[in-house]
Amino acid sequence: MSDPPIRILIAKPGLDGHDRGAKVVAQGLRDAGMEVIYTGLRQTAEQIVKAALEEDVDAVGLSLHSGAHMTFFPRIRELLDAAGLGHVLLTGGGIIPEEDKRELRRLGAGMLFGPGTPIASLVDYIRKEVARRRPARDAAGEPE
Amino acid sequence: MSEAGLPPLPDLEGDRGALARAVSRVEAGGDEARTLLDAAWKKTGRARRIGLTGPPGAGKSTLLATLVPLLRGEGKTVGVVAVDPSSPYTGGALLGDRHRMARSAADDGVFVRSVASRGAAGGLARAVPAVLDLLDAAGFDVLCVETVGVGQTEMDIAALADTVVVVLSPESGDGVQAMKAGLLEIADVLCVNKADRPDAATLASELEQMFDRGGERAWRPPVVCTEGRREVGPLREALEAHAAWLGQDDRLQERRRRGLEQRLQRLFVSRVADHLLERAGERLKAEAAEVAAGGISVETAAARLAKEFEA
Ligand SMILES: Nc1nc2c(ncn2[C@@H]2O[C@H](COP(=O)(O)OP(=O)(O)OP(=O)(O)O)[C@@H](O)[C@H]2O)c(=O)[nH]1
Ligand SMILES: [Mg+2]
Repeated sequence: MSDPPIRILIAKPGLDGHDRGAKVVAQGLRDAGMEVIYTGLRQTAEQIVKAALEEDVDAVGLSLHSGAHMTFFPRIRELLDAAGLGHVLLTGGGIIPEEDKRELRRLGAGMLFGPGTPIASLVDYIRKEVARRRPARDAAGEPE
Repeated sequence: MSEAGLPPLPDLEGDRGALARAVSRVEAGGDEARTLLDAAWKKTGRARRIGLTGPPGAGKSTLLATLVPLLRGEGKTVGVVAVDPSSPYTGGALLGDRHRMARSAADDGVFVRSVASRGAAGGLARAVPAVLDLLDAAGFDVLCVETVGVGQTEMDIAALADTVVVVLSPESGDGVQAMKAGLLEIADVLCVNKADRPDAATLASELEQMFDRGGERAWRPPVVCTEGRREVGPLREALEAHAAWLGQDDRLQERRRRGLEQRLQRLFVSRVADHLLERAGERLKAEAAEVAAGGISVETAAARLAKEFEA
């Protein structure tokens, strides 16, 4: 049997503006064969993690343009881990300075992409990461 | 690993993460799914199952977003399964129903799962009935399943819901179109949404007349008008009325028994079909080539193949 499709949650936390970028990414990932759960604007970190848990996603992608990345990424990572979702890839995009990216990676986020990144790069990265993480997830469900 | 070589059964009632993983396993199918479902089956039958179907954009998710908090106010826990189509070309899917249910996004008494149809013809994923069984076993009081319904294939939803709500809106076409698509026959409740639109009342009265002309039915589906974002009281009342009707004699048991029979039949047929297609692969190609070359008709080729593989 072939592997089930990659499931990814696309969310735009915080209070800022429009979600055009997030929708473009969602459509691109769908066209690459992924099941994309789109949760829209103004989600809190807790809501995003509840959705990730219920939807059993492989990855969470955040679209951030408000400069709130230094709060949202670490907070969501923390909540994901606490919910037993340590295997879930946390990635995303927005205008994020290089030094912040490095710090966020240290705090458990994956690669973060700038505006205008081709969808293909995103797709490659997510596929590679999920292939690496799924075995860990499956092993976690079984007793020693 | 347990003796059978399968992981132990998850705590469906107590652990939402385990429930979510179990849903994925059921979606994937196979032996593991069946082990899970065998164990869950004994605990099913308690939840009330409501199906919402209707054309894209009629307002199914919006209605749910308003209905679910009403149910929560009555102290009920709610499981929602929202089905959207997978692309037949890429297998990908954009699952956008959850997005409309933001009002319940932080409520632990509500569990929402988006399901892609994954190639099941007609939009209702093969695994959906089984996913509902899992949520039933997990103890939710009410289960709501949303599917896009544009035609005959949505008969399926009648097999897995105690009550089928067909949601229409003025822009989704007139009553005749709904009838052509077979949507009126499966409706236990007909919901005309977007009551704020000028044509809604016309559509509602047209539907009333069609039901009146439609001859005797044990249950005459009420036609209710709603405004998805704020006024769903009439829908709530119609659901109550149907539940009360089902509660008399053994109507509910009878309906569920028929539903199970239909599910069983469909699963059986699809397994046999998968199996036959696999076995007949080469011969199918050969017959198709002969048809294309003008030797025999498609009908004769099909009859030949059926005879050949009937054992
Ligand atoms: N004017 C008006 N618009 C409504 C009403 N209910 C829903 N809508 C709008 O109709 C659009 C579609 O609503 P959805 O709830 O997504 O419809 P749906 O039936 O779930 O659609 P699919 O899941 O795509 O099949 C949204 O823009 C809603 O805001 C209503 O009562 N009146
Ligand atoms: Mg919807």
